[in-house]
Amino acid sequence: MTFKIFILQFSKNKGALIGFLIVAIACVLALLSPIIAPHPPHEIFENAFRLPPFFSEGAHDHFFLGTDDVGRDTLSRLLYGARVSLFVGFLVVTLSASVGIFLGLLAGYFGGRVDWFIMRIVDMLMAFPSILLAIVAVSIMGPGLINTIFAVAIVACPQFIRIVRASVQSEVKKEYVLAARSFGATHLRLMLKEILPNCMAPLIVQISLGFSDGILNAAALGFLGLGAQPPTPEWGTMLADARAFIVSDPWLVTLPGLCILAIVLGFNLLGDGLRDALDPKLQRH
Amino acid sequence: MKDFFVARLKDLLPTLFGISLISFFIIRMIPGDPVLLLLGERGADPVVYQEMKKELGLDKPMASQYVPYLGNALRGDFGKSIISKREVSEEFWDRFPATLELGLAALFFAAVIGIPLGIISAIKKGSFLDFFFMTTSLVGYSMPIFWWGLILIMIFSVGFGLTPVSGRIDIFYEVPTITGFYLIDTLINPTLLKEEGLAPFFSAIDHLILPALAMGTIPLAVLARMTRSSMLEVLDEDYMRTATAKGLPPFRVIMIHGFRNALIPIITVMGLLFGSIVTGAILTETIFSWPGIGKWLVASINARDYPVIQGGVLFIASLIVFINLSIDFLSKIINPRLRSDDL
Repeated sequence: MTFKIFILQFSKNKGALIGFLIVAIACVLALLSPIIAPHPPHEIFENAFRLPPFFSEGAHDHFFLGTDDVGRDTLSRLLYGARVSLFVGFLVVTLSASVGIFLGLLAGYFGGRVDWFIMRIVDMLMAFPSILLAIVAVSIMGPGLINTIFAVAIVACPQFIRIVRASVQSEVKKEYVLAARSFGATHLRLMLKEILPNCMAPLIVQISLGFSDGILNAAALGFLGLGAQPPTPEWGTMLADARAFIVSDPWLVTLPGLCILAIVLGFNLLGDGLRDALDPKLQRH
Repeated sequence: MKDFFVARLKDLLPTLFGISLISFFIIRMIPGDPVLLLLGERGADPVVYQEMKKELGLDKPMASQYVPYLGNALRGDFGKSIISKREVSEEFWDRFPATLELGLAALFFAAVIGIPLGIISAIKKGSFLDFFFMTTSLVGYSMPIFWWGLILIMIFSVGFGLTPVSGRIDIFYEVPTITGFYLIDTLINPTLLKEEGLAPFFSAIDHLILPALAMGTIPLAVLARMTRSSMLEVLDEDYMRTATAKGLPPFRVIMIHGFRNALIPIITVMGLLFGSIVTGAILTETIFSWPGIGKWLVASINARDYPVIQGGVLFIASLIVFINLSIDFLSKIINPRLRSDDL
């Protein structure tokens, strides 16, 4: 499939375009947060506790989306939060996709005992509910953003392994692989240069979905107090801090959650759209 | 068919072995001395220290610790909680019915709403209704349920005052455990019925609604999407045209001829969703203070109650392995097409 057809297919899909737009805006906001954020995320304003956002009464011109319980600007923290979330998503996907591609290639290419062994590891990891496995990993390594990333990446690995393995299995029997092999190509060359490029379509889709899963799980850990620690401007952690004020200041709870929902939805829409555009076989009706 | 069962069972053993290894290492991979960590750093009494070490099974060299550990686990002995001093398995079974009741309610809610939405979307494919349902379900699928639960509390409990905020039942009702399901126990207990009537039952329902809604949201979205695509495949089949041509009423054609044939993938997905209940339980129970295993595990992790974490993890993972295995077998048995091609 050529790039042109891909763009055509993709732009016909309204949902995919919306997803792309959400993700693109989030990326721009995250990159520019130090410039566009009105205040530093950790700066505390005395006597400006829990101010409401601009549309409610008693709002302060200075704080567009209000302030939190210790007087920090909500808008700035949300903008920096986009940074944290995308950073988490990016590292989680990079780590889990690398491990997944490596093990998935081995399993699909060699088959037999190698495959059996790798698939048992996958079974084992899949037996743990994702959040539980991440919690266990964090309870061993201790809470924190970096440990959260590792924990969530471990959880995300099986998906990548299974997807790469499945597409390698269908590719490895094809004639072009046989041809390359008869030219004396090494295993490594066959795997990386011949087979892997032909497995990219489902992999790209999974990368997009991996972002949404990773961000969601990391935020959940943050919410449980096991992820990023205060005062890191992480959306899940902000939500946990705001829980106590659910009655008096509902927007403190509403805003970070909306951000999580928006970015997760964006990546899911993008992933769905990519699937439809890249792989006609997988297309939803 | 028989080969399939044998092969799946053979794959099961290494998986269970791996799970037991993971839970075995949880306590042993903590950096530093776990016993000192549990007793507090302030110079623990050497006698207590040794006792604790022995109780955790950490007194022998690592290699010779695993076999007794596995032996105990197979006999149902998962050690004792450091906080409550009770058996881990006892604590687990105390809380499991609460989680199961919530999970079943959530799945029920998801199926009752999600499946009809999927069927309607499939019939009206391409319409505004289809677009609306599918967009909504993707939003539901992307929902951070820990936030969604809080929003539901904000709207229904705080805003309209319709439902309670937390717990399983009003505190002034004492429900003795018979089945562990409050919806059943409040109805079959004669003394409670005589004294309080149906009030405890309705109180239990009131408490169940919001957590079930929060927990059921993602399964609902998954079921709606799955039902739609499964129905779409069936709707194109020849026998559907035949049924319509025979002059059967459309509802009958869709439900009896269509939906019944679309059911197999839906059942499989429901089984998988059942396994994911635990994930939902951890977050939902924390928000609604629901006294199930999710809340129990989070509390144990915060209290560094390692025997509970270790035992709970082993329990849940094994449970999920067996649930997945049963689904595999079940879908083989229900679906004649899968039966023929062994493995």
